[in-house]
Amino acid sequence: MSATRKRPRRPPSTLGAFVTKELHHILRDRQTLAILLLMPLVQVLLFGYALRTDIRDLRVAVVDPTPDVVSLRLRSRLAATTRFHLVNVSSTTNVIEGLFQRREADIAVVLPTSFAERLGRGDTAQVLLVSDASDPNTATTIQVYVRSVLSDFERELGGGREGAGTVRIGIASRMRFNPTLESANLFVPGLIALVLTLVSALMTAISLSREKELGTLEVLLVSPLRPWQIIVGKVVPYLALGFAITCLVLTAARVVFAVPMLGSVTLLLAESVLFTIVSLSLGVLVAARTSSQRAAMLGALVGTMMPTALLSGMIFPITSMPGWLQPVTRIVPARWFIVIARGIMLKGIGIEYLWRETAILAGMALLLLVMATRSFHAHLD
Amino acid sequence: MRVLRFLLRKEYLQIFRDRFMVAQMLLLPCIQLAILANAATFEVKGARMVVVDEDRTTSSRELVDRFVATGRFELVRSSVSTKGADAAMLRRQAGAILRIPIAFERDLVRTRAATVQLVLNAEDGAAAGVTLGYAQRIIADYAAELATTLPGATVSMAAPQARQPALDVRTRGWYNPELDYKFYMVPGILVQLVTMVGTFLTALNIVREKELGTLEQLNVTPITRAQFIAAKLIPLWSLGLLGLAIGLMVARFAFHVPIRGSVLLVFGTASVYLLAALSVGLLVSTMVQTQQQAMFVTFFIVLVYLLMSGLFTPVRSMPTWAQWIAQANPTMHYMEIMRGIMLRGSGLPEIAHHLAILAVCAVAVFTLSVRQYAKRAV
Repeated sequence: MSATRKRPRRPPSTLGAFVTKELHHILRDRQTLAILLLMPLVQVLLFGYALRTDIRDLRVAVVDPTPDVVSLRLRSRLAATTRFHLVNVSSTTNVIEGLFQRREADIAVVLPTSFAERLGRGDTAQVLLVSDASDPNTATTIQVYVRSVLSDFERELGGGREGAGTVRIGIASRMRFNPTLESANLFVPGLIALVLTLVSALMTAISLSREKELGTLEVLLVSPLRPWQIIVGKVVPYLALGFAITCLVLTAARVVFAVPMLGSVTLLLAESVLFTIVSLSLGVLVAARTSSQRAAMLGALVGTMMPTALLSGMIFPITSMPGWLQPVTRIVPARWFIVIARGIMLKGIGIEYLWRETAILAGMALLLLVMATRSFHAHLD
Repeated sequence: MRVLRFLLRKEYLQIFRDRFMVAQMLLLPCIQLAILANAATFEVKGARMVVVDEDRTTSSRELVDRFVATGRFELVRSSVSTKGADAAMLRRQAGAILRIPIAFERDLVRTRAATVQLVLNAEDGAAAGVTLGYAQRIIADYAAELATTLPGATVSMAAPQARQPALDVRTRGWYNPELDYKFYMVPGILVQLVTMVGTFLTALNIVREKELGTLEQLNVTPITRAQFIAAKLIPLWSLGLLGLAIGLMVARFAFHVPIRGSVLLVFGTASVYLLAALSVGLLVSTMVQTQQQAMFVTFFIVLVYLLMSGLFTPVRSMPTWAQWIAQANPTMHYMEIMRGIMLRGSGLPEIAHHLAILAVCAVAVFTLSVRQYAKRAV
């Protein structure tokens, strides 16, 4: 007991020197550093510009067995729609398979025989929309587009058919917090979480287990540094790095995509520091439990990166997940961070609405820190 | 040949001794399959809705009932004030606010037209759009129902039943009639699995020898570079195919994802793609010094490749410049091939041009990486 008492009296610069050494390690490895700074920027650009789900160019094939006045009108109508692109007109449905296989068409509009005649008689003409549903989301969207063109056409056809008997209930809808459903606005908070996880959890896990593998950790352990000092020394530089990268991503998102920042930047930065501490503790835990760098790397990948990417609501909304999976997302720290980040950035709300999420993150941080220090202790003995 | 055999044995022993590593590498996609197959949907099951019913009439209550009856919406509160509803949305207790204005019923009876207001929390992006779609359908159904039941002056118009629609539009989705997102995602995840096994393991494996100094030792032995590279790549190549086989089995039997095309073609194309993936790993290993660097460089490359491959978002939705970049991405071509074979049952002729580009990419990267490696080691 008395031996441990003496330690705090050590000159305070011990920890400082250790942090400096760690910083040198990080700054010396230019390649990793460059990638760490480049990756978030490339991701912001990719998510902002390249990764979109809207369909701008839609390739339509028409199967028209018996061309007549009305079917020609429909065809020119389809061709005239800005988004559409008429790629093929034929008389049989046999061509569809080939068009889909060669990925030359997205949807085929199959008209019935003697289209004009049926409509002239006042019958209902059946129109079949065959879509390449291998990508179901795109297929559904395309069907909606084509349907809306067809219903416009229908209205134009027989103005008299639809009339006074119908009831119209209009919907004035509003997309709150993100009126244009801009994907960059949604991705940036998630991206911050992902990058922070990458930098803090993955980097710490690898760097600690590297020292373990090379045997330098043993040296550190017999040095006058106390275990918590080693952990703090390992963690502080990454905390700083994570902070810098958060600022970088936010600036890039602001400058390039004008992503809104309705709430307080200070609060967001403070919350991201809290989240970084959670991730760092996870990294230390992974390193303590694994024996090699590669194992630590995979452990960090499975244990932190994957849940952050898939279960945090970053890409796939949590409300869409099945009942059993939704509770699982509650243990993913990034889930809470994303709620906080979106709240601050898009809704402009403050701590009065976010105290619950913040408390959960703080609780996680505390628990994981204790666990990490403990397991590090265990490794000592 | 004998040297190669010994080297191969050493490599296989080393790989399989590190069980944890192999297990995780193969487990990773299985977990991912399980999560993605369930999580990766944009369908919304119970959108939490707050109703601000200012009208408080039979019609307004009926409309709310319609929303609840579909099971798509879950009524969390019938708040009367717009303010209360607003606060609920800020607190994330409500995903949607339905406001039925005063005189909703009166307008319906008098003019046969009325408007309701729907505010959606677009924080979740895709979910908000889907929810709006559900709401539109529910309201349209209700309006159609009212057309026959509502007592109104205009019913005097002769026989509403005779008013048939001109077009009856039906839809059919080929290759995936149930529109199951899982079927689309699984081939993509298998591609990701092959990519990760190929690049990560190769880069890490070689850099590890570099870091431990055993690469130096190997370089001073009479082993030729060709032997060394072959001995490194063949085991990982077979490991990649093994991973694919396991992934395919899980996809087929646990998730009931169809494999409509030839399994032989799946493995044949995978072999070609693996050559490209392994070469990227080899190339990375010549550029870096430590495993940490190898890991980050590979992670960065793989991430860009996967994001630009159409795994999550369609390539055709990308801007034109990004589509051009995607054309040079072997992962994109392999993604097309896998989805083609598994979902559409494509044969060799349908995927030929993707395969050709893939082969060219593979040979190019392989040549480059071997050259680079030779230069480094001399």
